[in-house]
Amino acid sequence: MLPTTAVTPVLECKNVNISYYTRAGEIPAVIDFNLTLMPGESMGIVGESGCGKSTVALAIMQYMGKNGRVKSGQILFNGRDLQTMGEDELRSIRGSQISMVYQEPMASLNPSMKIGEQLMEVPLYHESVTEAEAKQRSLDMLAAVRLPDPQRIMDAYPHQISGGQQQRVVIAMALLSKPALLLLDEPTTALDVTVEAGIVQLIKDISKQFGTSMIYISHNLGLILETCDRITVMYSGEAVEAGAVQSVFNEMRHPYTRGLFASIPLPGTNKNSRPLVPIRGQLPLPQNRPQGCYFSPRCDFFQAGRCDTKGGISMRPVSDEQRHDVRCVRFEDIDWANYRPIGLSGDKVEIGKTVLEVKHMKKYYELKDSSLIAMIKGKKVQYVKANEDINLVAHEAETVAIVGESGCGKSTFAKVLMGLEEATEGEVILNGLELSHTPVQQRKAQTVALLQMVFQNPFDTLNPSHTVGSQIARVIKKFDIESDPDKINQRVMELLDLVKLPRDFALRRPRQLSGGQKQRIGIARAFAGRPSVVVADEPVSALDVSVQAAVTGLLTDIQRNLKTTLLFISHDLSVVRYVSDRIVVMYLGHIMEQGTTDEIFNPPYHPYTEALLSAVPIADTSVKKRHIVLEGELPSPVNPPSGCPFQTRCPRKMCAICETQLPALQHTDTGHAIMCHIPIAELRKVEQVFQVEAAN
Amino acid sequence: MTDAVKFDTALPAKRESRLKRFFQALALMRESPVGMIGLLLILFWVMMAILAPFLPLYDPNAIMAPFQKIGATAPDGGIFWLGTDHKGRDILSRIIWGAQKVLIWATFATFVAYVVGMLMGVLAGYKGGWADEIVSFIANIFLSFPFIILCIIIVATLGASGWTVVVAVTFASAPQIMRIVRGLVLDLKTRDYIFAAQTRGESPWYIMLVELLPNARGPLIVDACLRLGYTVVAIATLGFLGLGLPPPDPDWGLMLKEAVPLGAFAGHSMYLPAAALASLILGFNLLADGLREISLRD
Repeated sequence: MLPTTAVTPVLECKNVNISYYTRAGEIPAVIDFNLTLMPGESMGIVGESGCGKSTVALAIMQYMGKNGRVKSGQILFNGRDLQTMGEDELRSIRGSQISMVYQEPMASLNPSMKIGEQLMEVPLYHESVTEAEAKQRSLDMLAAVRLPDPQRIMDAYPHQISGGQQQRVVIAMALLSKPALLLLDEPTTALDVTVEAGIVQLIKDISKQFGTSMIYISHNLGLILETCDRITVMYSGEAVEAGAVQSVFNEMRHPYTRGLFASIPLPGTNKNSRPLVPIRGQLPLPQNRPQGCYFSPRCDFFQAGRCDTKGGISMRPVSDEQRHDVRCVRFEDIDWANYRPIGLSGDKVEIGKTVLEVKHMKKYYELKDSSLIAMIKGKKVQYVKANEDINLVAHEAETVAIVGESGCGKSTFAKVLMGLEEATEGEVILNGLELSHTPVQQRKAQTVALLQMVFQNPFDTLNPSHTVGSQIARVIKKFDIESDPDKINQRVMELLDLVKLPRDFALRRPRQLSGGQKQRIGIARAFAGRPSVVVADEPVSALDVSVQAAVTGLLTDIQRNLKTTLLFISHDLSVVRYVSDRIVVMYLGHIMEQGTTDEIFNPPYHPYTEALLSAVPIADTSVKKRHIVLEGELPSPVNPPSGCPFQTRCPRKMCAICETQLPALQHTDTGHAIMCHIPIAELRKVEQVFQVEAAN
Repeated sequence: MTDAVKFDTALPAKRESRLKRFFQALALMRESPVGMIGLLLILFWVMMAILAPFLPLYDPNAIMAPFQKIGATAPDGGIFWLGTDHKGRDILSRIIWGAQKVLIWATFATFVAYVVGMLMGVLAGYKGGWADEIVSFIANIFLSFPFIILCIIIVATLGASGWTVVVAVTFASAPQIMRIVRGLVLDLKTRDYIFAAQTRGESPWYIMLVELLPNARGPLIVDACLRLGYTVVAIATLGFLGLGLPPPDPDWGLMLKEAVPLGAFAGHSMYLPAAALASLILGFNLLADGLREISLRD
């Protein structure tokens, strides 16, 4: 059947069932899970939160904790069942033959030990080597994960290096014992996009260089496509589709996999003509899984009698050659070629008059240094230059995206707009009113109502102590929209209708809501005061993929109908390309480039935009992408580089002028602006970052 | 629409759910045997305190026959179930009336300390900067005095009474409560819902009292329970030193003070109030442990 039968798989999971035992009884977390990983292969496990993907990783490590247990099935590592091994044997395998890299690098490193000591521990503990040898191997490995100046890193404490460098150290540590199997659990989720691109490149090279087998757990299909040979898609504790990456991406057979792909913004989707299609309904709780196919209540192809039979549905082979299996009884009946799901589409809205104008806005934070050295040197005050010379115009019904990595000043910009911080210089004009020096408490209720915000973290956005209804009602009262309790109540109901939630949610408390529902309430709250500008700070980045599509669709839909101006702050360029009319790219407090969405995504590019675009993982096999990995680290805004802020990492840096002189903004005839010394004519010659191959 | 729900005016519904939640919390307590023992001990003393006027007890201050043993017959034919003290007062009656005193004053003093401590803590934590410096400085001054010395100073200035006890306990406890609340608020104030309240221009006091404090309640309920225990200790200590509730009214600390010199030939008049005191404090501590256990489990 397979050409690899002679070789023992590194890891084989056979009919694994894993349950957690809690006060409420047994909760099956993973059901009938099968996986075969050959030496040198890399397997991606993708799924939304709660689908059991991390539980699989923990079971492989045999780290189930007190209340979790592998109920049945075998987990074979190099042909031996991990279940039958004793604690001592497991300990000798963990860290030497199976290593794991977690999401938060800082949580995996001991903050009180030098990195060198922590690295050297690995060979010293698992092998009998001398200290000198352990040190040499640590140094070599740091060089292998492409950390600059390994000697300095060895002597540093974890907090002294950046997040990206920490994650590289963790990967180096995991590789030091030359493991046969490396587990990566969302290793780049906590990192910035350009840093992520570097780590992804590294992970790809590792499997080639060391021949390590990998299991890569992620919620991001694009990352899996870039790093893995094979993929397993999980849904509600089951693997629903598995196979070679190319086979699954090009000929996906399970309706859930289809749904996932339809809900991520790929090149080609567009909020007006080709909208995202969210998966309807919600992930069932493990206790309430339906009979038969777990996806059936959300599936467009559900057929009573076939999909809801008693007993589970087993995996069926799609193609033997690609080892492509799918857990769907109807996969052969479904005519995918003629299936066009319909999303929330709408007409392009006319962009109206200017609503918000920011002119030469500057925001410096003072850092008082009261140390003795500073007093002797006479340098007591330093400035964090969070925003430098921000110029921006937003019109009625327009979506302007502000894009940049952490520390680029996008949140500071939002704070100045909202009146939580005063601008150091410049003007912020909202509907003809100058606001840059008026803190929010001194603004009139109507003015405050005009400018509202949707926040990033759904778990933080609502006050857990108050009901959802009273939190929306408070906004209505506060902004004097209504004062009569009945009318306020009526308005709350209208707002719940607007965000497509049942009216009885008004009496619920935030903890009774899912992440997506909380975010909807956050949107209802922002629109309660009939705002003309809504600032959305990464409104979907903390949500699951299928929920992201629904919330993004909702937000753009409401905005379109109410002709609200939306300032969409994000680091995710694929979402930004989907929702926005114009894009502003920020780096270290400066606007590097601004223009319409088309202008930003096509040459001429600012070199930073170019790198940012190439760093976005794209889950589409027909898109060819150039890879640009930025060198170096993001400079500190306290001590920005001289000249062009991007010069320390710029792959197109020219010569002395980049280091000495701040580049001027170059404008094209259409209003596209780039802050770079390289002439626009030159930048125009740059090749496209993405190329969509013609579908055949 | 028919399913439109009124929530803003429908206060009774909300209150009902609160009562329901309270009973649900009590039901959860059954899962913590330790907490259950604590709760029963406290309920026992609360019942005693409430029923004190209705029980067939002697007047706690009536002077009858001194140094009667446990179960001795009283001059009027009744029984001194727990004997009498050196002045001839009924010990059972004094313990039960003493429970009422200590529970009322301990609860009241803790409540006042909490109001003061929470206000200081939320102000210092939310405002930061100078407000924090000043409040923390004041708190540190009070924390640097040993508790007993602080109490002696206050009682010496104000004279002995229940109110003085309240002031003393507040001065001693509020700075500690302030520190806990300040720490909680420093964490809570970075949440987006606080940011949301700021962006709609809420006043700082609204944010502090309506948005922040309700979310700090979890750890504070556990601490309040422990602190009630400390306050009972504090009131007994003050009574023992003669600085607490003024005589002749029954007070457990005072009863101990009077009994200790005579311990050799009237042991029960010393052990019985001590046991009462210990059981009540134990009750508060066990309940706090149980609450913590339950809150960690969810």
